[in-house]
Amino acid sequence: MTIEIKRNAEETIIELTGRLDTTTSPELDKTLNEDISDTKNLILNIKGIEYISSAGLRVLLGAQKKMQKVGTMKLTNVREEVMDVFEMTGFSEILTIE
Amino acid sequence: MKKQTFPAKIDVLSDVLGFLEYMLELYGCPAKIQTAICVAAEEIFVNIARYAYGDSEGNVTLGICFDEESHSIIIRITDKGIPFDPLKNPDPDIALSAQERRIGGLGIFIVKKTMDKINYTYENGENILTMVKKI
Repeated sequence: MTIEIKRNAEETIIELTGRLDTTTSPELDKTLNEDISDTKNLILNIKGIEYISSAGLRVLLGAQKKMQKVGTMKLTNVREEVMDVFEMTGFSEILTIE
Repeated sequence: MKKQTFPAKIDVLSDVLGFLEYMLELYGCPAKIQTAICVAAEEIFVNIARYAYGDSEGNVTLGICFDEESHSIIIRITDKGIPFDPLKNPDPDIALSAQERRIGGLGIFIVKKTMDKINYTYENGENILTMVKKI
């Protein structure tokens, strides 16, 4: 998985590519908790993510819980395969998806 | 059935998925179903890697075949660890808000939701989990 961070005054955009699985999810978790821990508005562009397992969902849930307290978080360009997983697990209801 | 044995360790996950993808490709499995099967296999494999052998080491064997009659992919995952039926895990409450949601149980829940059939047996000291997915 590759993680690309773009920041401006208003928001932080993170572009993800590859697999969000048990071995790669900790990298995203680390990025969210260390590199951009001060951001108020987070956009996760997951156009390049074609695979997500429960480990990826855990990281997204953790980020959502945290961002809800300090600002906003939204996911953009969600692929069908990933959206299926969000829907079957109820994550489509708790995440802001555009 | 084509089989391959891996150490029950999370850091070999990409090898496990690589083996499955290779076989699924040979069977002409559509990409979307490949992903669903790999996610399900990851959830089971990771559970075994984390819990089946406690502090000691062990292996996991993955078997895969295509059943022409039912036009289904059959995946069999076996380990010699602690007897554990993952299907008995309670399902998570998926209607809760983000703040209320708990982390546990999601993986097995995804497996149950995406596969057409799942069966668990414990035989001759082995946990045997079989998943079936129509293609």
